[in-house]
Amino acid sequence: MATTGNTNGAAGLDSKQGPKPATQQSSKQGAQEGFVYLPLIAGWLVPGAGHFLLRKWGRGALLAAAIVGMFSMGIAMQGRIYGGASDILEMLGLVGDLGNGLLYIVSRVLGLGADQVQVTTADYGSRFIVVAGLLNVIAAVDAHNLRTGRKS
Amino acid sequence: MFKPSHFAAVVLFALFASVVFGITQRETPKRMIRYGIYCFVLFTGSAVALSWVMFLIAR
Repeated sequence: MATTGNTNGAAGLDSKQGPKPATQQSSKQGAQEGFVYLPLIAGWLVPGAGHFLLRKWGRGALLAAAIVGMFSMGIAMQGRIYGGASDILEMLGLVGDLGNGLLYIVSRVLGLGADQVQVTTADYGSRFIVVAGLLNVIAAVDAHNLRTGRKS
Repeated sequence: MFKPSHFAAVVLFALFASVVFGITQRETPKRMIRYGIYCFVLFTGSAVALSWVMFLIAR
């Protein structure tokens, strides 16, 4: 039986696109050196940093602007930053917030955000902060995929 | 305190999410822009459509 599996790895892409120029190959070899998970961890801690490490300046700047902007607007709307895990909803909110990396830690240390959601915009703000964290995780995984050659 | 309207919050949410989706889910710049616009239209369009559905149900 013929398989139709997704061969979206680096080798699969190379075989479809033919041989690459020497400069592109050497830059790819340069990117393969070092700690493989560094862009993933850096991208999680600081939005866009994973792409900056891989010299994807434009993508990194746009990702950083989008994620930091979303997080900042959540804070400006007096959104809640989850700190405990007393019930399942708080635990899920905390997981989302932790995706913001250093933004979450700094905002917790500085006491930003509201303790209790009292107005509608604060509820929007809480969602903005959680979603900013989830988007940051997506961006960090994208940086990891670029690092491993799964994506170009 | 920043107090956007519900629609402004939807537009801001759609804008930021679409930027990240466009960059991370496509490979070439042209396809990133197209997919980002597609996501933005879907986010805002579905929010407006669902708002009208809820409005008509509530009447």
